[in-house]
Amino acid sequence: MTDLLSLTIHEAHDLLKGRQLTSAELTRAYLENIERVEPRIKAFVTVTGDLALQQAAEADHVLAGGGGGPLTGVPALIKDVICTKGVRTTCSSKMLENLVPPYDADVMERLKSRGMVLLGKSNMDEFAMGSSTENSAFFTTHNPWDEARVPGGSSGGSAAAVAAGETVYALGSDTGGSIRQPAGFCSVVGMKPTYGRVSRYGLVAFASSLDQIGPLTRDVTDCALVMNAIAGYDRRDSTSVPGPVPDYTQALLPDIRGIRLGVPGEYFVEGMQPEVAAAIEAAIKKMEELGAKVEREVSLPSTPYALAVYYIIAPSEASANLARYDGVKYGFSYQGASMWDSMEKTREYGFGPEVKRRIMLGTYALSAGYYDAYYLKAQKVRTLIRREFDRAFEKYDALITPTSPTVPFKIGEKVDDPLQMYLSDVCTMPVNIAGLPAISIPAGFVDGLPIGLQIIGKPFSEETILKIAYAYEQATEWHKRRPKI
Amino acid sequence: MKLSREEVLHIARLARLALTEEEVDRFREQLSNILENFEILRQVDTTGVPPTAQSIALQTVMRDDEVTLSLPPEDILANAPRREGDCFRVRAVLE
Repeated sequence: MTDLLSLTIHEAHDLLKGRQLTSAELTRAYLENIERVEPRIKAFVTVTGDLALQQAAEADHVLAGGGGGPLTGVPALIKDVICTKGVRTTCSSKMLENLVPPYDADVMERLKSRGMVLLGKSNMDEFAMGSSTENSAFFTTHNPWDEARVPGGSSGGSAAAVAAGETVYALGSDTGGSIRQPAGFCSVVGMKPTYGRVSRYGLVAFASSLDQIGPLTRDVTDCALVMNAIAGYDRRDSTSVPGPVPDYTQALLPDIRGIRLGVPGEYFVEGMQPEVAAAIEAAIKKMEELGAKVEREVSLPSTPYALAVYYIIAPSEASANLARYDGVKYGFSYQGASMWDSMEKTREYGFGPEVKRRIMLGTYALSAGYYDAYYLKAQKVRTLIRREFDRAFEKYDALITPTSPTVPFKIGEKVDDPLQMYLSDVCTMPVNIAGLPAISIPAGFVDGLPIGLQIIGKPFSEETILKIAYAYEQATEWHKRRPKI
Repeated sequence: MKLSREEVLHIARLARLALTEEEVDRFREQLSNILENFEILRQVDTTGVPPTAQSIALQTVMRDDEVTLSLPPEDILANAPRREGDCFRVRAVLE
């Protein structure tokens, strides 16, 4: 019998379309596996079993009539930062523990209209702030490759569930690496689209100039299929970019002869695990064998400043976005002695330590007397980082880097040192600062722990990076490995 | 440069965040460390460089002001911690 828990979207679709499998059977297999592994993995904040079976029945009806597309009847998991009408959306925060959104995010409308089956909502770092899911107010998600280690974050629940056979695919959000870093840590495919490619309507805001929604999948073809569904203009997001969306599956040709790849030396940072660097070197060599022209002269000298730029801009935007949590319209509400007392204590008890730390940091960076020295300065260095990428893309079609400097770290290893934790996103943050698309794909293992390879493209060149990722994937076997759980 | 206790309390007040004594001490330490790391940006010459607020070329997006359906009041108020009729109930601002 086919292992239903390892199926990609396109494999599941072939079986569904051929009536060798029903969505109800597929959905039940996933719900049973969720019940089996969740006590150890803890990827779900909410499981929507009844809803999933109802949607599966509807999908089966459509499929029986000869209708339905690639996603129809295929079970999915949505990060708990994306609003789902009638389904609790918590951001893994006490502040929103009981929030039931009255509307769907744009991506949810798009997936529902394509016959999605919603298995539930995935655990994350509170308000997407973190790199390990240890900042979830509820529980930490465990890495399916080694349960003593983190799955990465903030979309750690989504990545772990895809790897652990708890869903066929998932959506995450990426502000500084929150899709790509967990994808790398769990050996799945994760893409952050170009800023403006996917609507942020209904995505609970963290840092509005950096946030993007994107897919986490078992292979590159699935990534293209989900991108086809979620990308596109939405008038409700003023940063949504108008214009046609290509059929991303058209880019999936395993031919990268003549493609120019740059390898920026600045991404092989001090403190990088030698085995990770070696695996990336091997992947680069593989791409050369496939006919890509690899050059190492590319230089992005402002890279060492990206961390500081990110940790000024993201908390500044967060401190403004999170001002809305005042205990009045929705969310946790503490009734104190007065209006101000109620508001201050609502925020004191509703937010966890990392969220408070970032609100404090952002408020400081935006406050009178410090705005020019921190926020404005960071915005100017942001310009320099963008310009360096622009110049690099005059010569190269894409850039190749590690996704993270290390393999997944142990649970508890970095919780007491925020700066060490921030460093695990050092290779992914510059991409958000410049608004570029990037993908992380499986590129090997060290002692059974996954390594991710990052491919960065120029704005709106998702097709190019999908093509490179696809060619590499077809020439390797890493994406076929599954953790034993 | 280490943040003073007063500075931490001032920022917390701007953010309308009540802090415990222990949090005040911890944030003094951690925020000072993080801010010290930001000093690296002083090394960058940004003379004449314009700031980037967001990364795409779109500017001042306009749309037609069309009348469309909005959410029913009952849906909007469903998550309200305290309500009175069709209103959110708030504490007195002036006491």
